[in-house]
Amino acid sequence: MNDYLSGLGSLLVRYDVLGAFWTNIQLTFWGALIALVLGTALALMRISPIASLRWVGAAYVNILRNTPLTIIMTFMVMGVWTALQIHVADTFESTFFRLAVVGLAVYHAAFVCESIRSGVNTVPLGQAEAARAIGLSFLPAARLIILPQAFRGAIAPLGNTLIALLKNSTVAAAASVSWETASTMKTMIEFNPNFLWGIFAMFALGYVILVIPIGVLTTWLSQRLAVQR
Amino acid sequence: MRKHTMGLLAMAAATTLTLSACGGAEVGGEPEGEESAAGGEGITIGIKYDQPGLGLQDGAEYTGFDVDVATYVANELGYSEDQITFKETPSANREAMLQNGDVDMIFATYSITDERKEVIDFAGPYFVAGQDLLVAADNTDITGPQDLEGKNLCSVTGSTSAEKIKTEYAEGVQLLERPGYAECVTALSAGQVDAVTTDDIILAGLAAANGDGNLKVVGNPFSEEKYGVGLPKGDDQCEAINEAITKMIDEGAWEEAVAANTEGADYTPNADLNPPTPEACA
Repeated sequence: MNDYLSGLGSLLVRYDVLGAFWTNIQLTFWGALIALVLGTALALMRISPIASLRWVGAAYVNILRNTPLTIIMTFMVMGVWTALQIHVADTFESTFFRLAVVGLAVYHAAFVCESIRSGVNTVPLGQAEAARAIGLSFLPAARLIILPQAFRGAIAPLGNTLIALLKNSTVAAAASVSWETASTMKTMIEFNPNFLWGIFAMFALGYVILVIPIGVLTTWLSQRLAVQR
Repeated sequence: MRKHTMGLLAMAAATTLTLSACGGAEVGGEPEGEESAAGGEGITIGIKYDQPGLGLQDGAEYTGFDVDVATYVANELGYSEDQITFKETPSANREAMLQNGDVDMIFATYSITDERKEVIDFAGPYFVAGQDLLVAADNTDITGPQDLEGKNLCSVTGSTSAEKIKTEYAEGVQLLERPGYAECVTALSAGQVDAVTTDDIILAGLAAANGDGNLKVVGNPFSEEKYGVGLPKGDDQCEAINEAITKMIDEGAWEEAVAANTEGADYTPNADLNPPTPEACA
């Protein structure tokens, strides 16, 4: 048993496991940030009084939400970078990292949009009517009245999306971010099959450690910040 | 109200499905054919499905050097061609599939290493490959790994060959890792990378499959990869397989198979090391 653990420990020296997790955290951070901005814009479009904007928002959500992330990621590298030869950075590492962030962001923006829209549904219709009554047009009403309440109601679903995003960040392997966790794990297993279970458990545990705090925090926040009605 | 609830439930189910579908992880195929693993009716052999010249699924047919050697060895072991079932064994799953009994033996560019020997047995080697580079046919400034400084290189995910170039030969090389070699060739043809690296016989197969002669193998191998036959730990067929391999080499079928599968790539295996002599069984 001790031999096994020390052998597993020596793998940690040979492979940068913590660095791999750090990569996934960075991917998640930037992906979540862009997805939040994009998703909010999409949600605004979907609740706007302009029919064509509603249509565009709905089309975006339905197309991106129903496309497998692996395909989006592969498209980022093989389509955007290889075939279209779009230059995004000078080094390969930052090229693939940025492409992966864009892929994660455009995909999860669809889920963020729907989470926010679910939050909008928690805001009573009277709020929107009151906003109209004091002379606010759509954008000011959304900014000052609807969205602040909607975000408070959307914390739990947004948290779920964030958890999904963190775990989906492993799909960045398909965008050639080969130093992230899923690729590191596969490489470790391929060349050290004698530690199969240990390696597996190590990565599973790492994700549990990352995900549980997000779940606890969003549950706590959603209870604390929910608008009392 | 009731209808409303049902609608919500359906939506929740749909969302769950969508979310779980985006996990993206590979799930192994279902274990099949318990009886085949026991060696009664037929034999299940693990190969690669995506390596032209070595193991390639082409419709219902399987072609390549690994497939030819596997077929020959299976024949020697007493299995006719229609008793052989080929099954894909991706690099990361090979040991597990042997241990589970999903396959009886593996011919899949499987390098013999000490770490792997701890969990499975090897027969062979039946080929000694060396790491090499695939470049555009008109490229003259890349003649070996040391010329890759500042160049762009492609390899498959989970292979150490690219990493090795970075640590041992050219620190300034930039690495692109793709899930399959075909995508590396696409990137090479598009000019986004300068070279593709892996074992020479795989590169030769890729160059041959690409057909029109616009890619070439540099021909300066800088490592030694002994391709062995993966067997479950404690398997008793090792001796018989080694005899079959030796017979194949002596008969000349081995050389024919190499030539047939790398045709058009202007490739000859490293003559100092090939054909190899199988090592003693454990």
